Amino acid sequence: MKLALTEDQALIRATAERVLAEASTSAAVRRAMDSAAGYDTDLWRRIGAELGWCALALPEAQGGLGLSAFEQVLLLEQMGRRLACLPYFATVCLAGQLLAQAGRESARARWLPPIAAGQLRATASFEAPLAARRAGDGWQVSGRIAQVLDGASADTVFALARIEGEDALALFAVPADAPGLRRTALQTWDLTRRYAALVFEDVTLDAAARVDDPARLAEGLRRAQAYARLSLAAEQLGGAQACLELTLAYTQNRKQFGRAIASFQAVKHRCAEMMVKIEATRSMVYGAAAGAAAGAPTAVLACECDAAKALASETYFWCAGEALQLHGGVGFTWDYDPQLHFKRAHAGRHWLGAPERLREALAAHLLEPAP
Amino acid sequence: MNAAAANDEAAFRAEVAGWMRAHLAGRFAKLRHRGGPGDEDFEPALRKEWERELARGGWTGLGWPKAYGGRGLSLERQVIFHEEYARAGGPGRMGHIGETLLGPTLIAYGSEAQKRRFLPRILDGSEYWAQGYSEPNAGSDLANVQTRCRLDEARGEWIVDGQKVWTSLAHESDWIFVLARCEPGSKGSKGLAFLLVPLKQPGVSIRPIRQLTGSCEFNEVFFDGARTAADHIVGRPGEGWAIAMALLGFERGISTLGQQMHFGHELELVVAQARASGAADDPAIRQRLAQSWIGLRVMRYNALRMLADAEDGRLRPEALIYKYYWSNWHRALGELAIDVLGEEGRLVHQDEARRRLQQVFFFSRADTIYAGTNEIQLNLIAERALGLPREPRG
Ligand SMILES: Cc1cc2nc3c(=O)[nH]c(=O)nc-3n(C[C@H](O)[C@H](O)[C@H](O)COP(=O)(O)OP(=O)(O)OC[C@H]3O[C@@H](n4cnc5c(N)ncnc54)[C@H](O)[C@@H]3O)c2cc1C
Repeated sequence: MKLALTEDQALIRATAERVLAEASTSAAVRRAMDSAAGYDTDLWRRIGAELGWCALALPEAQGGLGLSAFEQVLLLEQMGRRLACLPYFATVCLAGQLLAQAGRESARARWLPPIAAGQLRATASFEAPLAARRAGDGWQVSGRIAQVLDGASADTVFALARIEGEDALALFAVPADAPGLRRTALQTWDLTRRYAALVFEDVTLDAAARVDDPARLAEGLRRAQAYARLSLAAEQLGGAQACLELTLAYTQNRKQFGRAIASFQAVKHRCAEMMVKIEATRSMVYGAAAGAAAGAPTAVLACECDAAKALASETYFWCAGEALQLHGGVGFTWDYDPQLHFKRAHAGRHWLGAPERLREALAAHLLEPAP
Repeated sequence: MNAAAANDEAAFRAEVAGWMRAHLAGRFAKLRHRGGPGDEDFEPALRKEWERELARGGWTGLGWPKAYGGRGLSLERQVIFHEEYARAGGPGRMGHIGETLLGPTLIAYGSEAQKRRFLPRILDGSEYWAQGYSEPNAGSDLANVQTRCRLDEARGEWIVDGQKVWTSLAHESDWIFVLARCEPGSKGSKGLAFLLVPLKQPGVSIRPIRQLTGSCEFNEVFFDGARTAADHIVGRPGEGWAIAMALLGFERGISTLGQQMHFGHELELVVAQARASGAADDPAIRQRLAQSWIGLRVMRYNALRMLADAEDGRLRPEALIYKYYWSNWHRALGELAIDVLGEEGRLVHQDEARRRLQQVFFFSRADTIYAGTNEIQLNLIAERALGLPREPRG
């Protein structure tokens, strides 16, 4: 295995870099944060219809481009770097991957093409299952999910439920306007990502709403979860890189004691430490993605992606804190960008598994008695 | 990579593993996993014999060009060798400084006569080298070396006076490469020469320095009218700094890739000890074990990125982080190792498992000092990779 970008991969990265540098500026991010939808609707149309980003890593048979986790990671890194406010993560990295990994054939054919085309805003939650009761041919689903990414704006919610009286899970596609589904937008500190609380009160669904392939669900869930962590890690990597870039620009410009503050060794060393952590994280994220692209078995994939998420979460939060500190007073203002990263880094740290939890899982794996 | 190439690589891997199994046995068996950093004084004579065994098997100079007796193997194969060597518990290499530092430097900058004279004896394990850079007043500020040399035209010899310090394995070496001032009154990186000096002569005396670990891996080396032939200079007088820096460039070479196997083995020992001592039940220790494992993966991927970069012959600025990363990772592993030992940690242990853990703990403190201290590494990263203003220089 080699960790070099092919020409095509370099092109994907360069395109993402260029498009987002222009479309997801600080001003644009702040406009999206203030908007009702919480995201940039024009940019969302563009990446779906023109740029094919939603299709990137989805299977070709269902309208995707069939590229790997590696290309996906390169794109997400740039989105994180630019704090892109989009329903992309929920739609593609949560719902899309969950369907691709655990969906039954007919459901994949029904749901993946619109996701790949950027025509559907979807989300998924697979951490806390709801309760599903058989009702004739169909189902009745009840329960509450405390925080669902883009839960208020998504058209379709893919929700996991435990089947009553059976020791089994099932995955359902629930339309946003299903009677009995109550969605409450939540106020978040990090305004670049929106969450909603969802309450399901006897939501009635027909048989076709069940979208999982029962034979693949358990394994598919683990894989989808691993991909989600890797995806978030890639975004966090990009965010950390942005923190370093902001800090380099600011400290080389700002003068105190008659010289640029970047010439003080205490400042230089902290920038260098940021780079060390960022490059280590980049190695981990790219390595995990390359392993995923090469078809790593589920247990290996899970460890690698847990490691990537744990490391990226720590790196991002640390770099955001350093950026804030090295900006001095302006770092504490609303108008400068370090605060955006600080909040996003904090919010992401505790999502999809906090580093402490992921490391505990890794330790358990590492300490398993040798076979 | 196509299937044929993959097969070839697998066959090569099997060949290395098979050779190591067959040869790191018998009288060499006791060298397994020994002689590494912090353990250099273990059986040096036998380890030199092991070097000659390697040479007979064709396992030295893997990356050197064939024209100079090397095997001209690809980077991938060299990595495979280092990995399998470490996996088999291959001992710390006595010939490391000659093979990975001086050899490549001579191949790139040496005269034909120097190549013919020195390279074969590095390859066959008959001559060993020490690195004479640091001095009492030239450590991080290496350009401040004060050791002098002058050419005695009549006798056709360089005469060297001065002192080197922290010279690893000088007491086990035959030759030393010396950075010395050939232009009296010159300052900094100007006016230096890169000389090849025999250690076994009356003008050289070597005094071991006892290390924190209690053993004597490094030395003071005194030059008092020491002599070496006029043509034992690499580059021209005045070019010493450029040659010395080029040599350090080889230090970040591929042998550091095999190092990870070695690190992986150490982590396994820590995990085994944690299980045995019950430390594995402590949530804080578990967090650190996982952290350590993550770092090991990071180093593997760092290396794969570095390899990919090396394809076009130049390392990217990111490569500057690797030394800082591995040395600090290793130091943290050492701290974890000693904490896993708990109360036992303060006693000196002779059994292999616990001795190794203590060795990692103590010797890893040197990792962040030699080959550029942590602080110097951060300066380099800040200045060369991030383009921040340079440190003031005296
Ligand atoms: C085990 C071991 C083996 C060695 N083997 C060899 C060998 O074989 N050959 C050889 O030539 N040398 C060898 N060395 C020497 C090694 O290269 C030096 O110790 C190292 O370069 C540091 O120099 P110094 O010891 O003089 O420390 P100093 O340079 O005096 O540094 C002391 C402290 O000051 C800090 N410092 C210095 N300058 C700066 C700066 N500009 N900015 C911020 N902080 C600074 C350093 O980081 C360090 O923390 C070895 C050292 C060790 C520990």
